Amino acid sequence: MTTSAVTEKNSFMKILSNVWEFIKKIPPVFPIFIVLFVIVSFLSPTYSTATGIMAFLRRTAPLGILAIGQMIVLATGGFDLSMGSVVALVCLVSSLLLANDEANTYPTIGLMLILGAGIGLFNGFVVTFLKVPSFIATLGTMLAVRGIALYWVGGAPKGYFTDNFRMWGRGYIENVPLVGRFPIGLIVLIVVGLISWFAFHKTNYGKQILAIGDNVRAAKLSGVKVRIVRMSAFVVSAVLAVIGGVMIGGYGGVNVSIGEGLEMDSIAAAVVGGVVLGGGKGSVIPVIFGAYSLEILFSMLNLLGLPKPYKDSIQGLIIIGAVAYVALSQRKKR
Amino acid sequence: MTTTTANGKGLKKFFRSISIPPVYYFLIAIFFGGGLLDLFYAGGQIFGNPAIMLNILVRSVALGIVAVGQTMVIVGGSIDLSVVYVISLTSVMSSYVMQGEASNVPKAILLVFLMGAGVGLVNGLIITKLKVNSFITTLGTSLIISGIINSTFSNWEGSVPRSFEFFGYATVGPIPFSVIILFLMIFAGWFVLSRTKFGAHLYGVGGNEEVARLSGLRTDRVLIIAHVICSLTAVLTGLFIVSRLRAGAPWVGPDGYYDLESIATTVVGGTLLAGGKGGVWGTLAGVLIFSILDTTFNQLGVNPYLSIVFRGLIIVLAVASYTIRSKKEAA
Repeated sequence: MTTSAVTEKNSFMKILSNVWEFIKKIPPVFPIFIVLFVIVSFLSPTYSTATGIMAFLRRTAPLGILAIGQMIVLATGGFDLSMGSVVALVCLVSSLLLANDEANTYPTIGLMLILGAGIGLFNGFVVTFLKVPSFIATLGTMLAVRGIALYWVGGAPKGYFTDNFRMWGRGYIENVPLVGRFPIGLIVLIVVGLISWFAFHKTNYGKQILAIGDNVRAAKLSGVKVRIVRMSAFVVSAVLAVIGGVMIGGYGGVNVSIGEGLEMDSIAAAVVGGVVLGGGKGSVIPVIFGAYSLEILFSMLNLLGLPKPYKDSIQGLIIIGAVAYVALSQRKKR
Repeated sequence: MTTTTANGKGLKKFFRSISIPPVYYFLIAIFFGGGLLDLFYAGGQIFGNPAIMLNILVRSVALGIVAVGQTMVIVGGSIDLSVVYVISLTSVMSSYVMQGEASNVPKAILLVFLMGAGVGLVNGLIITKLKVNSFITTLGTSLIISGIINSTFSNWEGSVPRSFEFFGYATVGPIPFSVIILFLMIFAGWFVLSRTKFGAHLYGVGGNEEVARLSGLRTDRVLIIAHVICSLTAVLTGLFIVSRLRAGAPWVGPDGYYDLESIATTVVGGTLLAGGKGGVWGTLAGVLIFSILDTTFNQLGVNPYLSIVFRGLIIVLAVASYTIRSKKEAA
């Protein structure tokens, strides 16, 4: 009888430890997001309705896209501080070039994508060929791109966005079963997320990026074309910044300080999503949830009715706390 | 004769020991380039007017002092983005405590330095004990402090007494007092980095923390001290700014972009962003380059947006001019 009790206890412990092993494998961003989400749905019932959730997903799609781009650069061991300025370039210059004519929308977006790719190539060239650390290289382009954007439009935004430009950030597909309205921005995020998930986790390209971030020498010796892969990472992040920029402009309109601080937000989102600064680690889905966690945090602070300064303080505390939590849980795993 | 050779050797040794960084060539190029452009297109004030030269130095004080601290942190392989709001906090706190009364000055100065040390200590502890990356830590503390300032203080609360304005405006002979302070800080930074045990340890920690730890260094303590020093230099910059402006305002730090600018000047000055290599003399050159650029753009009347573009490109070019020969991959 004693033996059966012992085995019963053992098997119970085994299940428990299996469960525990499973829990330990969950990226810490998910519990962070769930806790914040539960708090927010207590604060505001709209967050437990489909409409509320869809509105939240519409608002957060751009940061999700920016965070994916930032993640790819961070995973190679770099930084992209120019993302916010690229967003500014897209919004300011598009508002000028659209000239209130819907026919100009897609040529403008096309031009922005080309400009973005050019900025990414420039960043990548400076980092890989001139060997300037990306923090400084993209700090330089952050200044230069914002300067160019402001010079181009003469210091203040001109004109408005056309409806078919705004659609990408604001629009909904109506009458979708189950959820009612489905945000177009979310579709863009899902498409970008799927493509980058596939490229990052299922192809050699993703492995090469992580290898570079982990150990450049080893990656080089094992045949990775470090320069091309690294340059491509900057191009991807700049192009995703353009896509995010179109959506941000479409969602909220344009002002002179648009995009400021987005580089920091995207880095924070990526890091909360488990990306390690210095490279070698990163995963698409947790990073999207990192962006969601950051945004739901902003909503929570809004709902609490705190004035902006308190929000900054609490945001700072929670970013440090979340990253400390991620860092400590990753250290335990090793 | 023997003494002269000995002196010559001593001098040579001294120069080698401060090892003039290559950024000084860039500084000279920028100075003469800017000066010549000014000579041909705007009346030659930069070369002709000593007041403008002094102004270039005074412009460098605020950024230069905090850049000394930033250099130390970067040498240690860390980074400090929170200096902006430490500067703001110093400016509003000191002006609020002083309330225009000379008798309150010591109290205010003591308070802001304690507070700066506290911020540095918190940064250092979070980075070393909680293992949060320094970039994220100081981004976070920066947000926290900004929230505290903006919820507590409004613009121009209190003021500094006349007697405190000497920091910003007094001159010793023709040389502004603040410029002397800047050079004293640079000298102190050089001394600490290259003539003390702490400095040697800091290079060790920045070069390879694992190796430093295994060879018995208390790496955590070294980094924490570096962060405390950095915050204290930010406090000094804040005091300089408040004495120039005569009252504190929450936006003085972010308005000057002291976080990214101090990092940029440090790296332009030749300090490795990854840590373990560099020094304050290079940083001084970096700061002077920025001031000369500003002055030149001012003289030439360059469009303000274009001058931002040039500034960005020159940061990249300056750093590229010596990283390009490096055989190591940058990240």
